[in-house]
Formats: sequence, structure tokens, C-alpha cells
Amino acid sequence: MRDAARYGVTILEFFAMSANNAYTRPAIALHWLMALMIIGGFAVGLYMTGLRLSPDKLKLYSWHKWSGITVLALALIRIGWRLRHPVPAPLPGQPLWQLRAAHYTHLALYVLILAIPLSGWLYSSASGYPVVYLGIKALRLPDLVAKDKELATALKQVHELLNWTMAALVTVHAAAALKHHLIDRDGTLRRMLPSR
Amino acid sequence: MHLRSVAATLALASLISAPAAFAAERAIDAAKSSISAEFTQMSVPVNAPFKKFSGGVDLDPAKPAEARAHFDIDTASFDIGDDDYNAEVRKPEWFDTAKFPKASFVASGLKPTTPGNFEASGKLSLKGKTIELKVPVTAKTEGGLTTYSGTVSISRKAFAIGSASWDDTVEDTVKIRFRIAVPAAG
Repeated sequence: MRDAARYGVTILEFFAMSANNAYTRPAIALHWLMALMIIGGFAVGLYMTGLRLSPDKLKLYSWHKWSGITVLALALIRIGWRLRHPVPAPLPGQPLWQLRAAHYTHLALYVLILAIPLSGWLYSSASGYPVVYLGIKALRLPDLVAKDKELATALKQVHELLNWTMAALVTVHAAAALKHHLIDRDGTLRRMLPSR
Repeated sequence: MHLRSVAATLALASLISAPAAFAAERAIDAAKSSISAEFTQMSVPVNAPFKKFSGGVDLDPAKPAEARAHFDIDTASFDIGDDDYNAEVRKPEWFDTAKFPKASFVASGLKPTTPGNFEASGKLSLKGKTIELKVPVTAKTEGGLTTYSGTVSISRKAFAIGSASWDDTVEDTVKIRFRIAVPAAG
């Protein structure tokens, strides 16, 4: 906790840390569910854009959007949960740079799980395709911006850039978790695993 | 300062449209008119305009039953806003624009329903097929311009538009939205 205090844990509840060295079950479930959906959505996104126009392409686009909106909803739930259930503090004995890197990587990941679905939603609106969640017409989401071709092109680039940033950070995040597990042999990864 | 030139333009415009007035048919003001089709893919409504169309309206408000109107729509001017989509809808499975470059709607007779509202009877010809349609129309006159607007649903399959492979992604019902502006009668 002393190290944590030194690297500048903010007073916001969001960054509050629990004395308990464990994540709550919902936090673990949300982490892995979102991980799967994000990796799946990213892969579908990469694949679908290269396809020639076909019914399957339209289906993939729809599934991609639905999973993105689901990620957005889960992100809000996850942030809400974290505000009430502080996460455990980093394990002791870590260098300051590592605590800092972990802190900013986590912060950036939280920003991206909100910003990426939102940029996709904005891009869809600007392209003139409203998002109809799960294909249920009553769940048609409002258009965030009016149809605008230039704006759509810009938002597409923003969406892509944010995604590649996320891909890089997820790689760092996963590599760090593996480093803790395999090299440091501490409990950092284990405490995020479902079976403890 | 532009008032005089505006007045001159208006005078000139009225001179040019004078022969049309004698013929009783008023050509549509394409810049102020729009015709679009809204299709639904994966439950997502997508509205796209036809950028090129022409036509005229011959309507004496006193004798709606004798009203006549005709519109020609350039099928290749349908613009979904994406090159891949636009190329797709021009294919033989869809509009087949090479073989059927024009769609047309010929209206004969307006039936007043409620004040300002009518039902137009007409024939829609698209991709070599002609189907009778009843179209709800709302008329509004403002600033010397009468606009006839409305929405009518058609079945794309009735016109053999779209192959079966698209049936589970693109709905059969397509909404045609129109706003036709012509110089006000008289």
C-alpha cells in the first residue's frame, strides 16, 4: 500500500484499493467476459472490413456492432461495480516504474473500453446506418450524429486507431500478467482467475 | 442590392415556365424535390436518395379526379453513399440499371381524403414490371411552390429486385419517400 500511495493513487473511489487481496467474483467474470468479447469483436472487425459486399458481410457488421454495444454496457456495469468494490492493491515488492506502468495501462484500458464502442457507434451514425441492437427494432439506438460522409471517414480512422492502441495495450497487459505468473511467480494473475 | 436581379430572375423564370402553364403541366423543381428509398437490412433502416429524376404534374385543384402526373427516375442515380453498395444495387439481381435505366410512376387521378391529403392512383414501372399503387399524398402550397409529399411501401420482390440469397438480410418491404415540388397552380 505504501508503494501504491507513492505512485500517486488518486483519491477517487475508482482507484481505491481494497485491503483484501482478492477480486470479487463479478469483477473476475466481467474481466474475462469482456476480454473474450473484445478479442472476438476485434477479430471480426479485422476480417469483415476486407470482405466483398454480401449478406454474410452485413451479418458480421451487425454482430460486430452488437458485441461492441454489449462491451459498452458491460464497461459501464464494470465501472459501477468497481466504484463500490475496490480492487486489491498491487502485490508488494514491485518497482515504482512497474506500478506506474500498470496504473496507466489499466486507466487507458478503461478509457478505451468506453471510447472504442462509442467511436464505432458514432461512425455507424455518421455513415447513415443506425445501430439496431440485436436486430430488435424496439432497441434501435439513437443516432449520435447526422449522416455525414467526411465525418464518417474521420471516425473510421479514429475507430481503427483506438483499436490498434487497445491491441497494443492488451498485449502489454497480457505479457505483464504472464511475466508476473511465470517469471516473478507471484499471485497477480492467479487472483484474477476464476478458480481459486 | 440583389433585389433587382432576383426580381429579374423571377420574371425570366415565369416567362420560361409560361408555355408549361399553358400546357397545364408543371415541371417538377428537381432542386427542391426528393425521391428516396428506405430499405431495411438486418433490421437497420437505410434511406438512400435517387439523385436524378424528372417529371411533371398536371393538377387543377378544382378537379383532382382529372389530375395527371408522371415521373421518370434514373435507377443508376440511387446513392447509398458507399461505392460497394452502389455497384451492388446496379447489378442484374437488383435494379439491373444497364437493362432498365429508368423507373417510372404515372399517376392518374387524385382522390381527396382529408383537407390537404389525397390518395393518388398510379402505375409504378420498375425493372420491366408494372404494378398499380395507391399512394397517400399530402399537398402544401407555400411561397408559390406546391409540394406533394408522402411515403408508400412496395415489395421489392414483386419487382424481382434482389436475389433470394439476400432474403434473410434485406427485408421485402421498401419505403419510397417522395417530396415533389412544382410551381403552384394558377
